[in-house]
Amino acid sequence: MPISLPPVSWGAMLPLLVVTATGLLVLILDPFTSPAHRGRLGILSLAGVAVAAIALLQRRGVSEIVFGGMLAADGFAWFFNLLFLLVAGLTLLISMPYVRRFGMDQGEYYALLLFSTLGMMIMASSLDLITIFLGLETLSISLYILAGFLRERLESNESAVKYLLLGAFASGFVLYGIALVYGATASTNLKRVAEVVASGRVTSPTLLIIGMGLLIIGFGFKVASVPFHMWMPDVYEGAPTSVTAFMIAGTKAAAFAAFLRILMTALPSLQPDWGRILWVLAVLTMTVGNVVAIAQSNIKRMLAYSSIAHAGYILVALVAANKLGSGSILFYLVAYSFMNLGAFAVVIALALQDRERVSIHDYAGLGLKYPFLGAAMALFMFSLAGIPPTGGFMGKFYIFSAAIQAKYIGLAIIGVLNSVISAYYYLRITVVMYMGQGEAEPAAGRLSPALGLAMLIAVLGTLQLGLFPSRFLELALRSVEALFG
Amino acid sequence: MSEFPVISTVVFLPLLGVVLLLFVDRQREAAIKYLAFTVSLVTFLVSLLLYRDFQLNVPGMQFVERKSWITDLGAQYYVGVDGISLLLVLLTTFLTAVAILSSYTAITKSVKEYMICMLLLETGMLGVFVALDLVLFYVFWEGMLIPMYFLIGIWGGPRRIYATIKFFLYTMAGGVLMLVAIIALYYLNGGRPGGEYTFDLLKIYGIELPFATQAWLFLAFAVAFAIKVPMFPFHTWLPDAHVEAPTAGSVILAGVLLKMGTYGFLRFALPLFPEATRYFTPLFSWLAIIGILYGALVSMVQPDLKKLVAYSSVSHLGFVMLGIFALTLQGIEGGILQMVNHGLSTGALFLMVGMIYERRHTRMIADFGGLARVIPVFTACFMIVTLSSIGLPGLNGFVGEFLILVGIFRVNMLYAVLATAGVIFAAVYMLWMFQRVMFGTVTHEENRRLADLSARELVVLVPVIVFIVWIGVYPKPFLSVTEASVKQLLAQVHVRYRVEQRMSGPGFGPVLTQDQRTTGETRETPHAN
Repeated sequence: MPISLPPVSWGAMLPLLVVTATGLLVLILDPFTSPAHRGRLGILSLAGVAVAAIALLQRRGVSEIVFGGMLAADGFAWFFNLLFLLVAGLTLLISMPYVRRFGMDQGEYYALLLFSTLGMMIMASSLDLITIFLGLETLSISLYILAGFLRERLESNESAVKYLLLGAFASGFVLYGIALVYGATASTNLKRVAEVVASGRVTSPTLLIIGMGLLIIGFGFKVASVPFHMWMPDVYEGAPTSVTAFMIAGTKAAAFAAFLRILMTALPSLQPDWGRILWVLAVLTMTVGNVVAIAQSNIKRMLAYSSIAHAGYILVALVAANKLGSGSILFYLVAYSFMNLGAFAVVIALALQDRERVSIHDYAGLGLKYPFLGAAMALFMFSLAGIPPTGGFMGKFYIFSAAIQAKYIGLAIIGVLNSVISAYYYLRITVVMYMGQGEAEPAAGRLSPALGLAMLIAVLGTLQLGLFPSRFLELALRSVEALFG
Repeated sequence: MSEFPVISTVVFLPLLGVVLLLFVDRQREAAIKYLAFTVSLVTFLVSLLLYRDFQLNVPGMQFVERKSWITDLGAQYYVGVDGISLLLVLLTTFLTAVAILSSYTAITKSVKEYMICMLLLETGMLGVFVALDLVLFYVFWEGMLIPMYFLIGIWGGPRRIYATIKFFLYTMAGGVLMLVAIIALYYLNGGRPGGEYTFDLLKIYGIELPFATQAWLFLAFAVAFAIKVPMFPFHTWLPDAHVEAPTAGSVILAGVLLKMGTYGFLRFALPLFPEATRYFTPLFSWLAIIGILYGALVSMVQPDLKKLVAYSSVSHLGFVMLGIFALTLQGIEGGILQMVNHGLSTGALFLMVGMIYERRHTRMIADFGGLARVIPVFTACFMIVTLSSIGLPGLNGFVGEFLILVGIFRVNMLYAVLATAGVIFAAVYMLWMFQRVMFGTVTHEENRRLADLSARELVVLVPVIVFIVWIGVYPKPFLSVTEASVKQLLAQVHVRYRVEQRMSGPGFGPVLTQDQRTTGETRETPHAN
């Protein structure tokens, strides 16, 4: 039997290809670049990301299924891929001064960053469990290396090893889940799975449920939901700060993209089952994340725990399982990326002065000394706490609207009370910055232009999403139509 | 009415001031102060246009502006004022200008940030009073916390951090529950037959809800507002916040922020949930009375001037709440007027406590005595303000309290008697304080050299005193703007209540029948929007 190759739509693949090609180009050029000029590789990567974003923007509204149903270039993938490119772009901006300062200025850094972005894009574009897994591994393996990139620092090594071990463990769960779902439905294609489940031709419902459970556990690890979150604070604390920023924003978004696709496209008819499991996970994740974050005095660790709590909020929207809920996840992840990357840009800006400043006391007196840095950090903190008029508030507003629309009033109340708890530790940062005694004087220095630009984008993004969210919400709602159609 | 968007201009002028301030070099403190004051003064003057062009006999919203905002959810930029909010808008613009002028010498560090916070706060407060869209309202309601948080936290007293976090978390905790209620209301309103998915308050007003739903939603709103007022037992954040806040912060806090809570009851909780309002009236009336008496008694034993004034606010706001929950024309009108009065007299008291603190760096009553001879002008002003706070006839406090008492007397005599005891207590703690501070011999040597009021301080105080006397002597211009809107509000609260009453028979006893009589003139008014 002759093997027929499916037609390849190059236009749909272009953004992915540009990112891949740029990554490879960086690797090739790396040996020929003198150490003094390695910054140019960062600029090259940035250019690649920009080109990919432009290519993507050309395809707005186009929906196409490629590689015989393995990948989709639909609205959902479009939105997420744009978000990943934004995250990658901002991460590159904040990385360039950071890697130079801490001696990680190697081509591999940029290349790996691009490859993990590629992995994220594949995950969000996948219509098949196999491709989701491929994307997940491309993403994860690049990140295992990036987490350990500060070779001489013990914490960075610890971070990489922990991440590798638990990441592999989680991948195992995902893979086993995929296998069982395949066993039950005879397909790995998300739409086929949905058809089989809906028509009741499942070979073994038990197998399917166990498979679903394993997938939830696997993705629970990846999005760091309680009780699968233990690895995360250590990994985020030990990894280079720029990589932490990338993981906190990008990895979470990618994992949720795939999670959302699987649940909403492949298993919508099992919503009563997974809805109940995720309800419990959401409550645990929000509450544990927030309560433990209160006790942290290391800012990276605090943001790590806070990101656990944020995963909990997103799970609330997932439980709601309606169109507004899915749209609000997209909106929330954009707002979340802006505020977290912005906050990490501030952390890095301080680190550049003389040493890494990650203890909360290092921020004493910062606010009045550096008005722009202080105001930006305060804005990100208020946004993370969900106080209007910021993107963080609007994101939460949509999420809780979705929950209430789906009649999960109790969940919404637990969620809003959690954001009050979270306000306490976010406020603590502003207290230290503005109201503390400024004994620990951070040395004065000029803000690097790349960092300044990243911060400015994050500030404007956070405000834009908070004050004029209409267009973004509309875009997010239109993008999730692909899931339901 | 002109096409000129007066409300938006008033609300966002301070924001424009913030933008201008960003471009002023932080070393030029004098320029920063003048710029901030000018902006707040212009804002006040523009807000007077609202009063000038206000149509007295129109009960509904005026100067309405409407722009689409979040189209997918039906939230809009929708603002307007009616008789209930007009005076509060004017009070806000007036007190902000006064507060900014009063902090010229009191604030010495980070003047630029301070002025930015004050102006941001003004925009936030004004937004709360004019927003007619629930999401917009919530954005202003919570967003306003940020500048106040910094005002207390950066420029406040020794325990400022504790106070400001307590203030923030308390208010936010109340706020988020209200957010859930707002969203629930949105879906309930959209889901009813012929309903529309909108956050437009005026369109939601007519919603008919089962009693249990109403009660829950009412409580969610009411807790948010009761914390802000603050009603007993939610008042514990207030003394801390007041004592630690800088003078101008206290003025704004007492003068305007607390009114957001009482305003919230009038604008949201009462008209949206009439049956629940009726059901909870006894509870809230009793809490108000406890607040009146408790606040007064605690004031009596305070050794600290500022704390005394802070606790007196709990008592005064209890009066306002009692007037509102009388659900009669006089009660609510008196409540609204008393909000303004409290803003003026307590604002002035905080200003004067601040002035004396700047001179002596103490607020303990025991550290003073015999000031009347040393600083006669200050004493005279303080006298007027004290008497206004007590409710002496001829000054503003009397008119408000009298109306409230008349309003409540017709509904429940016991409430009125207990509340009157609060008036007497007020006289006791205020006059006793006055006597200890001003009369007698000078017991501390430092007090002999105190300087009397400066020209700037007089400029700060005199306009406030002018209003205190004006409202006391001739309150009509202030009362007349509220009447039409209050009548409409009462019609909203009572109209559907009567329907329910007819179906279930008399259940509420004499309170109800008396109440219907007092609002007889509004009875036939259909629910108008």
